[in-house]
Amino acid sequence: MTLAPSITFQGQASIEGRQLFAPLTLCLDAGRWTCLLGGSGVGKTTVLRLMADLPTGADFDGSIVATDGLPVVDRVAYMAQDDLLMPWASVEKNITLGAQLRGQTVDVVRMERLITRCGLQDHRTKKPSELSGGQRQRVALARTLMEDKPIVLLDEPFSALDAQTRAAMQNMAAELLQGRTVMVVTHDPGEAARLGHAIQVMTPAGLTAVTPPTAAVPRAVDALETLTCQSQLLTLLMGQAA
Amino acid sequence: MKVWPPIAATLFALFVWQIIVTLTGVQKFILPGPALVAEAWWYNRAVIAEHTLITLIEILLGMAIGTALGIATALQLATSKVARTLVQPILVFTQALPVFALAPILTLWLGFGLWSKIAMAVLIIYFPVTSAFFDGLMRTPSGYLDLAKTMQAHPSRVLWKIRVPAALPSLGAGVRLAAVYAPIGAVIGEWVGASRGLGALMIMSNGRAKTDLMFAAMLTLGVMSVLLYVCVAKLTRRLGDRET
Repeated sequence: MTLAPSITFQGQASIEGRQLFAPLTLCLDAGRWTCLLGGSGVGKTTVLRLMADLPTGADFDGSIVATDGLPVVDRVAYMAQDDLLMPWASVEKNITLGAQLRGQTVDVVRMERLITRCGLQDHRTKKPSELSGGQRQRVALARTLMEDKPIVLLDEPFSALDAQTRAAMQNMAAELLQGRTVMVVTHDPGEAARLGHAIQVMTPAGLTAVTPPTAAVPRAVDALETLTCQSQLLTLLMGQAA
Repeated sequence: MKVWPPIAATLFALFVWQIIVTLTGVQKFILPGPALVAEAWWYNRAVIAEHTLITLIEILLGMAIGTALGIATALQLATSKVARTLVQPILVFTQALPVFALAPILTLWLGFGLWSKIAMAVLIIYFPVTSAFFDGLMRTPSGYLDLAKTMQAHPSRVLWKIRVPAALPSLGAGVRLAAVYAPIGAVIGEWVGASRGLGALMIMSNGRAKTDLMFAAMLTLGVMSVLLYVCVAKLTRRLGDRET
């Protein structure tokens, strides 16, 4: 992996002339987790998809630049709420999808290490349909890590999981994605309070930065400051909804 | 699926058929009863077997060629926008033409042998296979394509590693339809002009008022078509979860 850069996202987006989000500036610090928290329809996923150069259906007027001046697009790994596992392929084949799609030889040593670190040793030849939701998301995480990109974009990656599995996945992701520039789009204040080195609340009016707790990421689910931050974020979201 | 209900229903239908024939006393060259048909079938079993084999060969070759052409066309359409714009309207137009009307001209072009019948079967199944597979190729879940894009995937690899495997269940549905249509194509071809095959046997029996043999040939065709469908269905269901 090359050194993780900082990224500055600046601009506005509209769909058929109707504004999706007002001009905003979002900075992702190098090697840090930035949580973009917001309700449905504020355009947070659009921000993420623009960074990944994925189709959005929106007209974007602005710029996405990395501090090192190199292109962003080819240094991005992407993980979505849907695990996007190929149902016909085994766990191993899914983890190494990127290399197959680029026609490269698979780095077997790296794959073995990631299978172990994601706790998938007993599942390597299974099909996704034989796995639980949490196991499937661990495969998706291993596939994301297999790409070994300095920038990682997570679009509500754990929101389909039950509460305890989600907390476990947050711990695993925080540990394994250390040192990368990560952006998590989420609607879960608890997730933002646990994972964000920086937290930005996105509303139709723009971004509001919220100071996260001082504890190291991933923060304890039962720490007072995590819970205080969580309720502060929720209050902020509810205030906007009212 | 339980085997007994359909068997019971079939026996009941045969029973009703026999009752109607016995009660009305209808002439046997108008409508023979199932007992007479069974007798004719047994008496002519060697002849029926020979004609069945011919028809089966026509159907299987027609299916193989039609499926191969359909797959090739669908891949071409799915990968090339130019091909879509040029070919798709023509493809739909050809479907609006009654293929049956082409049977005499195909016989004129390809002769009375197997090939005019195979061509009929190919023409009939080509569109369902193409259309089913093409639809599947164009309906790849967009999340898969997003993922592939962030992985800087090569388009041809996206086709073979994602779009084709994701479309295999659709192709399976197309091939199952083909198994239903192909026998119709082959038999129409035989009706128009042939000396061999179950369709030809039906026409000949009809002309000689051997209605019992006509029914025997027709029922044989029906049973063969059902068996063909069951085999094809078993084979194609596996397409869905195949490891690539």
